Amino acid sequence: MAMDNRASGTPVIIMTLYVAAILEVMPLPGPVEFMRPEFLTLVLVYWVIALPHRIGVAWGLAAGLFQDVLTGSLLGQHALALSVLAYLAQLSHKRMRVFPPIQQSLVLFLMAGVTVTVSYIVQDAAGRAHVPPWLMLSSALTSALLWRPVFNSLRWLRRRFLVR
Amino acid sequence: MASLFSDSYSSGYRLLVAVTLCALLMWLDHRTSWMEQPRWLASFTTAPAHYIANIPPSLGGWVTDQAQTMGDLKSENDRLNRQLLILQQKTQRLAVLEAENVRLRELLNSSARVSGRVTVAEIVAIEPDPNRHELLLNRGTLEDVQAGQAVLDARGLIGQVISTGPLTSRVLLITDATHALSVQVNRNGVRSILAGTGHPDRLQLLYVPDTADLQQGDLLVSTGLGGRYPAGYPVAEVTAISRDPGQAFLTVQARPVANIDRASHVLLVETDEPVSVEVPDGDG
Repeated sequence: MAMDNRASGTPVIIMTLYVAAILEVMPLPGPVEFMRPEFLTLVLVYWVIALPHRIGVAWGLAAGLFQDVLTGSLLGQHALALSVLAYLAQLSHKRMRVFPPIQQSLVLFLMAGVTVTVSYIVQDAAGRAHVPPWLMLSSALTSALLWRPVFNSLRWLRRRFLVR
Repeated sequence: MASLFSDSYSSGYRLLVAVTLCALLMWLDHRTSWMEQPRWLASFTTAPAHYIANIPPSLGGWVTDQAQTMGDLKSENDRLNRQLLILQQKTQRLAVLEAENVRLRELLNSSARVSGRVTVAEIVAIEPDPNRHELLLNRGTLEDVQAGQAVLDARGLIGQVISTGPLTSRVLLITDATHALSVQVNRNGVRSILAGTGHPDRLQLLYVPDTADLQQGDLLVSTGLGGRYPAGYPVAEVTAISRDPGQAFLTVQARPVANIDRASHVLLVETDEPVSVEVPDGDG
């Protein structure tokens, strides 16, 4: 192919993931706490379906470990969830690219649900879960609603900074 | 390599490696203390994220401060002055009481408790996960904060430091479901164990016998047993007692006296030495 395919823009990817991690720990008023969107899930899924040849399980693992240290949870809890997520996103990246927006959001609801559920199972195994699981799933719903805006702004960033 | 129509980038074996690695990490983190050092190092990178995440709320507080009128400030100043006067009067009595307490302890031949050194810390983050009740403070090992220190606010006990980074430290609240401490009723000295329930304003007394002398409104203070918390700090107030003849123990609910969900500054108490328990020799 004539296109230059060298990888570039890694700092942009890291920066967006870092911002997503900050949003994950941003203080929210009590009742809204349950509905905090899974920002890292959104950003990671975007980069996986945009650049599946570069961003995959290893990135999910690294981002998850960072989130684990950031939130002081059991090391490996979010790392496991985001690794599985990156794998699923990589499997379905071709379908995701051609889906209409509504369907994309629906798939994202399922993906965020997987992240939350895996993380919840680990937490439960460590004896730290007591909020009913369906309440935790409300964050998957807000993640799905937020998918399009996140998708559009990240696509703009990717084009602006020529991330490949 | 990255042609537009390549097959698939799915990599099952990478996932397998990742899952194995995570399982190993979880086991190490849960069962051993080996991961404490890597965590301490990694919190150099996470501390800025917490500080940045805390900017919008503190900015909101700053705007509220700026928007206060002269009249508001004046009335607040008056109120604080009155409060100061009352508190000063109370401290005058406290000095006498403390001296008396020391004399009485000398008579009883028990060692006087030295109140630990207190430092003020600011809450920079609240754990977003509703399953865990934890706080992040803006002081870490660089300012001599150690795991195990007790954390108080102006009204009572909040929790204890469970892990420290160089710039931050993590506090486990008394309301967390995995937390419990030894308390006694201030009125009559009945001892019990106060456990968190995972609900932000509900605590529970464990294993209280049916005949225990407890009333609604009783103040529960820390006993200092176990060596984690200093003795004599107010912890909670009994809110409800229910007797069920079918149960072996009373169900006693309590509410923390500290403003756990409203405090912005907390006190870190340095416990000087762990309480040493003397085992009486002979068959006493």
